[in-house]
Amino acid sequence: MTAIWVAVLVTAGGCYALKLAGVTVPQRVLDRPRVRRFAELVPVALLAALSAAQAVTSGHSFDLDPARLAGMGAALVALAVRAPFLVVIVVAAGTAAGLRAAGVA
Amino acid sequence: MTYGAGMPASAASQTQAAPDTPSARPVRDGVGLGLAVGVSGVAFGAAAVSSGLTAWQACVLSALAFTGASQYALAGVIAAGGSLLAGTAGAILLGSRNTLYGLRLADVLRPGGDSTSARRWQFLRPLAALGVIDETTAVTLAQPDRRSARRGFAASFITLYLLWNVTTLAGAFGAGHLGSPDEFGLDVVGPAAFLALIWPRLRAGRTERAVALGGAGIALGTTTWLPAGVPIILAAAAALVGTLLARESGQR
Repeated sequence: MTAIWVAVLVTAGGCYALKLAGVTVPQRVLDRPRVRRFAELVPVALLAALSAAQAVTSGHSFDLDPARLAGMGAALVALAVRAPFLVVIVVAAGTAAGLRAAGVA
Repeated sequence: MTYGAGMPASAASQTQAAPDTPSARPVRDGVGLGLAVGVSGVAFGAAAVSSGLTAWQACVLSALAFTGASQYALAGVIAAGGSLLAGTAGAILLGSRNTLYGLRLADVLRPGGDSTSARRWQFLRPLAALGVIDETTAVTLAQPDRRSARRGFAASFITLYLLWNVTTLAGAFGAGHLGSPDEFGLDVVGPAAFLALIWPRLRAGRTERAVALGGAGIALGTTTWLPAGVPIILAAAAALVGTLLARESGQR
């Protein structure tokens, strides 16, 4: 019980310290073109990785859920026709929810 | 202040933002994503309690760690009866991607110019740091200019923080009384939102597209054999390669 509280508090403190470390990097470090370019590309790489992983994996294995894949497909179509952000989200979730409710997937 | 160099997505997102007023879009995007993702705190609260955490421990994690992947990682190890030391280390390792996000956001959120706004930033920075996570980073960087970026960050952080904590509480105390989030298609919200938010960057250049594909490939290729979450951090290697290669070929 107490041990779990220690783990909870150390995790919270560690996670916060890591966030703070990132935003307190001195400006002059970011003025270096290579550092700046890397910092620009990191979110692209990580968010693409998260999107792919959440779309087709679950835990340690691939999980090709038809409704979720259909939702991602619908999101891609919405993005291709330049739908606004919130429309993309609603179309994606709505497609998956609709297919599940209909018992199709 | 070389803003253009700091945010090459500007041209692409401005074409998308055409029908909106400049100030409405970041707030709407931020609040929208905050609402859509924030409700999944219910799932965390319920999962944490069934993993053996108390409801209050789940709430403290959501309030102070405030980064979903790390919170799930700790709960998962506790559920599996694993060592608390390993669970804590894994959760903190997962949080390290927020350092990389912070590196990028510091450049966008930091006010330029006078000493008053610089002092205010000194004061606000410890608070803003708490909000540096996947979702807020995505919303912030999808905005066409610095002012919108700050508004997008604030809107997504505040909405997501409040809702994530309230729903964690609800999930932790009401576990078992709620339907599955999948019924509402909420499992698609995360991946679709991340894709939508990096979309303007993908249109902006070949390097961005290559880095995104590389990152996704690294994550999918390693997910079956590396500890959960590590594949996402490894995906940063694609950004490193992109930085070095694009420089050599003289392309930005």
